[in-house]
Amino acid sequence: MLTNQEVAEALLEKFGDQVFDFEEPYGLLTLSTTREEILPILEFLRDHKNYQVIFLTDLTGIHYPENKNKEFQVVYHMHSFVHNFRIRIKVSLAESDLHIPTATGLFACANWMERETYDFFGILFDGHPNLIRILNIEEMDYFPMRKEFPMEDATREDKTDALFGR
Amino acid sequence: MADIELLPHNVPSQTELPELVEELTTLNLGPTHPATHGIFQNILKMDGEKIVSGEQTIGYIHRAFEKIAERRPFYQITTLTDRMNYCSSPINNLGWHMTVEKLLGVEVPKRAQYIRVIMMELARITDHIICNSILGVDTGAFTGFLYVMQKREEVYEIYEEVCGARLTTNMGRLGGMERDLSNTAIRKIHEFIKSFPAVLRELEKLLNRNRIFMDRTINVGPISAERALSYGFTGPNLRAAGVDYDVRVMNPYSSYQDFDFEVPIGQSGDTFDRYMVRNEEMWQSLKIVEQAINNLPEGPYYADAPEYYLPPKNEVYRNMEALIYHFKIVMGEIDAPAGEVYHAVEGGNGELGFYLISDGGRAPYRLHFRRPSFIYYQAYPEMCKGSTLSDAILTMSSLNVIAGELDA
Repeated sequence: MLTNQEVAEALLEKFGDQVFDFEEPYGLLTLSTTREEILPILEFLRDHKNYQVIFLTDLTGIHYPENKNKEFQVVYHMHSFVHNFRIRIKVSLAESDLHIPTATGLFACANWMERETYDFFGILFDGHPNLIRILNIEEMDYFPMRKEFPMEDATREDKTDALFGR
Repeated sequence: MADIELLPHNVPSQTELPELVEELTTLNLGPTHPATHGIFQNILKMDGEKIVSGEQTIGYIHRAFEKIAERRPFYQITTLTDRMNYCSSPINNLGWHMTVEKLLGVEVPKRAQYIRVIMMELARITDHIICNSILGVDTGAFTGFLYVMQKREEVYEIYEEVCGARLTTNMGRLGGMERDLSNTAIRKIHEFIKSFPAVLRELEKLLNRNRIFMDRTINVGPISAERALSYGFTGPNLRAAGVDYDVRVMNPYSSYQDFDFEVPIGQSGDTFDRYMVRNEEMWQSLKIVEQAINNLPEGPYYADAPEYYLPPKNEVYRNMEALIYHFKIVMGEIDAPAGEVYHAVEGGNGELGFYLISDGGRAPYRLHFRRPSFIYYQAYPEMCKGSTLSDAILTMSSLNVIAGELDA
């Protein structure tokens, strides 16, 4: 049974100050890294015989417009079936420079997950074989999951709610 | 053509023959095609009858659930989840409730957990029964499909008894179930447990050792365990490839550790193995339902969490506190604590994950659904490469790609 402590220490030893912000929300080891180190970390966890974190469960993006120079986050959820161990890795990106290397070379399933993240957030995955929109129409000229796009049309007046202000 | 006779003097000489150009045929399979069981397009390049490559287009029924969820109070998101995998909506609903309960730190009483297990396993049976009997239809056996539909109908009647709806169930509440199992529901569940085995055995008899069915499915659309893992397969499709990963066993939720069941696995990851794994899973689900209904614990069916659990109606009419909470919950004035949680349940197609980030407001800051179909469907061109079109249809059918889940 692999503990969070063990993996965190191994990552700190291998990557030093390139891994930071360790947390354990609801028992799931969460850490942040830089986009230069994300692929080496994924590869290290996948190929190390003690960890064998071979499964990319999920890859998605988050938009935090208030965080200056860290407006976007790409979140990787990984799972090791051998040890039943899950880990979450985050990479923060600045809106002015939305590039991150693709993980398609390591995991075939990253292909569509990265396309989806690009489709909704506009995050560019460098080296992706086919980075085009996947769920939205190709003619769309904005990235709808960004917070600046409200759910409903702001110009509509029939939907204002005087009591609850939404 | 009929009046041209190819007599020797009519045959053009070799020099006059136009040069044969080899070119691939482009075949548009979908977006609306009766054989794809859902709205998605495959542009196939065919060399004769063999598929050379495929290009997928999805998103035809994308409804922006993740965006909509950012405006809705937590309890209103349940209705979004049951429109994802509509063949097993209770799993989606209850999985979502469990995610929020994990965020809130609400402990659900044992009885509610067992009721949830019963409903989720019945949902798994309806999910797999559709997939397997449709596979029969795709190989030319329509009878089995019509026959087992009656059983799905009975499960839907149980849903009706529990939550009032049939397909898009909106089942359960944050903190428990909306009502206790009624006597009718318990009777119907017992009836189902008693009558289902005969029907399932008959479906097995029709297909399992059927020469035509075996010829059509064995070695069709196989995938190796390594490729399946790399492609993010989960659920029956991964288990058919020989990896015994099941969320119910690995990360038990809702008291799954109390039940005795097996995780069937296949070997070659082909269409036949996927069929057999689903078939065996139905037996296991039935076993779980039986154990759960026979050992149903006494006690409340909802947690003592008045801020989150919608109070019973007769309380609302008679009790001031209940009225206040009812109003606050319905108007979405309940703030959830800030936090970040990933919760996965074993859906009909595999690991159905909910990645929820709450900033302490009334609605999620960000909600992401890990939809199993979306992730494994990208392996489809690789799986049907080199096979014939009719085999490709079977491969897709046995993958059980649900368009609602694919596009979210």
